[in-house]
Amino acid sequence: MVNIFQSTGRGALAFLSYLGQLANLLAETTKSMVIGVKRIGLIGRQIVSIGFGSQLVVVVTGAFTGAVFAAQTYFKFSELGLESGVGPVVSIAMCRELGPVLTALMVAGRVGASMAAEIGTMKVTEQIDALRAMGVHPLDYLVVPRAIGMFFSMPLLVAEATGFGIAASYMITVQGFNVPFAYYDRQMVDFTNLEDISIGMIKGCVFGALIVLISCHQGLKASNGAVGVGKSTTSAVVLSSLAILISNFFLSLLLNYFFPLGSGN
Amino acid sequence: MPDTTAQTSSPEANADHDEDHFIAVRDLHKSLGKQPVLRGVDLEVHRGECLVILGQSGEGKSVLLKHLIGLIAPDSGSIQIDGEEIVGLSERRLSPVRMKLGVLFQDGALFDSMTVAENVAFPLRERGIRDIDTLLEKVRAALEVVGLEAHMEKMPINISGGMRKRVALARAIITRPQCILYDEPTAGLDPIVADSIDHLIRRLQRKFQVTSVVVTHDMKSMFHIADRVAYLREGRIYFLGTPDEIRESTDPSIRNFIEGRSQETLAPNGASLESLANENDLA
Repeated sequence: MVNIFQSTGRGALAFLSYLGQLANLLAETTKSMVIGVKRIGLIGRQIVSIGFGSQLVVVVTGAFTGAVFAAQTYFKFSELGLESGVGPVVSIAMCRELGPVLTALMVAGRVGASMAAEIGTMKVTEQIDALRAMGVHPLDYLVVPRAIGMFFSMPLLVAEATGFGIAASYMITVQGFNVPFAYYDRQMVDFTNLEDISIGMIKGCVFGALIVLISCHQGLKASNGAVGVGKSTTSAVVLSSLAILISNFFLSLLLNYFFPLGSGN
Repeated sequence: MPDTTAQTSSPEANADHDEDHFIAVRDLHKSLGKQPVLRGVDLEVHRGECLVILGQSGEGKSVLLKHLIGLIAPDSGSIQIDGEEIVGLSERRLSPVRMKLGVLFQDGALFDSMTVAENVAFPLRERGIRDIDTLLEKVRAALEVVGLEAHMEKMPINISGGMRKRVALARAIITRPQCILYDEPTAGLDPIVADSIDHLIRRLQRKFQVTSVVVTHDMKSMFHIADRVAYLREGRIYFLGTPDEIRESTDPSIRNFIEGRSQETLAPNGASLESLANENDLA
């Protein structure tokens, strides 16, 4: 019994310590953004790597999610004679939930893993020590450009995934199942508000920040050579994905308080 | 149990050079986990000299070197670089101090995403030099010093270990630091390349009056480059003197180290070898 309490206590302390380290990294990174050296070239490179490099995976994910969601919604709604409701359902779901969450999960897998592996390898091969020895702050050089790159890229990627999801749902519903475009379009425009789009963008930024923080943190604390880098990379993807899904729930509740569903009508 | 008190060396070697110290370390303690590594290191490095730090593997030589540039914070003690106390300084406030130093890491620590030329140019770019012609000229000059000007466009992965170390040395010297710290500069290199690195260290020191601190356990290298030698043992400076003094030392542990005698310290009673023999019987 004592062992159960001990291990639970140790786990809780480790979790709190981890949260503390993340909070510390967030504070240090924010400070670096304000007072650190700005490296425009590196930021540009990160925007290309994160934003441009993730296009294909995000477009495919958004489009096929929108398509399958539209098809399943149509199958049920058509039994009730609500075919024209497919447009707003897909649109709102893509804007508020599926667009940001799926984009973030894809980016966590593609970009988060690469961040943790790259920074982790630099850590275990003393490249970060070399940076520090040359008077370069590692957060200025490694974390800030990635954070700013993510900040610019993530909303655009979310918008892209959402847009392609809605376009795919149009193809399936209007072109595939012959729902009249006028109904589809009218209903979708009527029920989808600026607030829905704002929620998606806000979530995208928060998820992007979580991916950068968690992945860079895993990279910076990597140790024990190749095995350590492998563990850091895996942890970065797993922890980022969990953080995205868990925070999405709380964000949805919070943002729904500020932007209630249907508030724009 | 040998006497661990630091041996005295010649008056010349131990003369008080307070005003001449580029580095002064006082009563430095550091434990890694529960293992004490440094247990009160006192050391001074005079301007323009080449001090070699000797010691067996695991004695804390590299840990001491990393303290000198603030990469590791001590548990207690003081480190002054060019008269400025660096213990307790934040990462940002350490930057100006670090700009006075160059470091050659054990494996070079080249940035593997950059070419040789980009690696060497990196410290200059970080100091705000952006003009391509100036950068190219300085990079070429630094690479000429280490004999690698023909390999500017190669990636670090495509050059040998010895070449990587020489590129790292070019990167360390390109900003003309006042002091260069070398961590095992000749480890893992063939004797000819190792000798060329030794010559480079000596040439840099003589030509530019660079203060040099070299961590090594390469005796040949030590006798070639050292003005003074510090022998680190059990977390303290056990011996400090000139290469001639350490050569003449009668202390058993120093003699064992210089002459490379193990005294079978890895398997003192042969027990592990016997158990290995029993294991092999099973095959």
